[in-house]
Amino acid sequence: METPRDLKFTQTHEWVRLEGDNKITVGITDFAQEQLSDLTYVELPSVGDSFGANEDVAVVESVKAASDIYAPVNGTITEVNSALLDNPEIINGDPYEGGWLFRMEVENPADLEQLLDIDQYEESMPDNE
Amino acid sequence: MTEQLTPLHQTHVNLHARMAPFGGWLMPIQYEGILAEHQHTRVNSSIFDISHMGEFELRGPTAGSDLERLLTQRIDTLNIGQCRYGFLLQDDGGVLDDLTCYRLDENRYWLVVNAATCEGDADWIRSRLSPDTTFEDLSPATAKLDVQGPTSRRDMEEALGVSLPDLGYFRSTAIDLLGIPCLLSRTGYTGEWGYELYLPWDEAGRFWDALTAPGRIKPAGLGARDTLRLEVGYPLYGHELSRDRTPVSTSRGMFIDMEKDFIGKAAVERELKEGAGRYVVGLLLDSKRAARADAAVFDGDREIGAVTSGSLGPSLDRAIALALVDDGYTSPGTEVEIDLRGKRLPATVVELPFYREGTARKKPA
Repeated sequence: METPRDLKFTQTHEWVRLEGDNKITVGITDFAQEQLSDLTYVELPSVGDSFGANEDVAVVESVKAASDIYAPVNGTITEVNSALLDNPEIINGDPYEGGWLFRMEVENPADLEQLLDIDQYEESMPDNE
Repeated sequence: MTEQLTPLHQTHVNLHARMAPFGGWLMPIQYEGILAEHQHTRVNSSIFDISHMGEFELRGPTAGSDLERLLTQRIDTLNIGQCRYGFLLQDDGGVLDDLTCYRLDENRYWLVVNAATCEGDADWIRSRLSPDTTFEDLSPATAKLDVQGPTSRRDMEEALGVSLPDLGYFRSTAIDLLGIPCLLSRTGYTGEWGYELYLPWDEAGRFWDALTAPGRIKPAGLGARDTLRLEVGYPLYGHELSRDRTPVSTSRGMFIDMEKDFIGKAAVERELKEGAGRYVVGLLLDSKRAARADAAVFDGDREIGAVTSGSLGPSLDRAIALALVDDGYTSPGTEVEIDLRGKRLPATVVELPFYREGTARKKPA
């Protein structure tokens, strides 16, 4: 799957789309969904919850493993993708669009500069993948 | 540590299987995906490479009586071709392994043992045999392919171009397939109708190719094998069974013949009489969020046990778990909570198996 080039990334395999107005959309990368394989359960935060960078915000779970999703930066949840609660497999099929997890209002937009761009993210990947 | 490879390693790699270490072996965990492989096994038929498991042959006039003393299951009532599941115990009743014993001839038996325990079992058994019993570890020469699922007979017959004999559950037969002498056993670890096929190591590739060529029998990995066995409540050595406990916690009295003498019997007898303290139960969780092995089980503030195996049950669409809990929390309907890093997941004790539509004992379609 082609990774959209305009996204930002974390080393923990979240992607971040800058939406303007200090808002971001967050999901997990194609690499992450493939590693997890068939997703069976998603736990999402509540709108209005605030999180610090690297704090766990959500959980995605496959048959074999559970994985925490971390806040890429400090911020407050403005929207969650509740369609995933009944159909977590959307993430497997469409990680960058339909499989988005949550939207956040960013506390300090300068924090976004610390995220990886696609080249940096791809460089951070294990060699054999 | 370098893992051992099954004779089908390259086949799995070519199929892009996800490989992971298990019991000292590098094994295929999944091909297409655990959920699809699980479902295909429940509805159609799947092939599993189980060549990591060990096979021992015991021969001689004293083989039967030696096994009678080494294993919890009754040996002298086995008919030729029949097999029986049971346990190999330490002196204190701790479980060294769970295994199946086949009687292949009057004085010839096979034991099929777990991969991780194979070496230890061999040492334990060998040092406790009569002089007239011959022990041979056939594991390095023996491949094992499980074909499991309600259509497995029909699909195997089509793939191999033969008519398979009628075999009762836990019955086996020597049979030539693709011109090669094999042992075909109507047993399995999925709860579905099917076979465990033992064949020469070097022939595994030819059998795999022949069985999968028509496309009805699809590859399934250890991931699906685990969810399939969990749904029918079968124990997995290292999870529900270990050296630390007698089998009474897991099997109650099943697979143990108390009419005979066997190593570890005193401890088993005591626990059957006085109670084992903790027992393995089935837990049905309220959601699809799974509890994993070692998660603590609570009644309010009181820790009453721990999960031994847990996963989504794909056929139930709910998370399920096996857990070792204190006596007093084993009755169906008992409500408990499982701790998941501070979060409590509600769960209810249910009777096993979780999944009741399994075809293992049914007449084939």
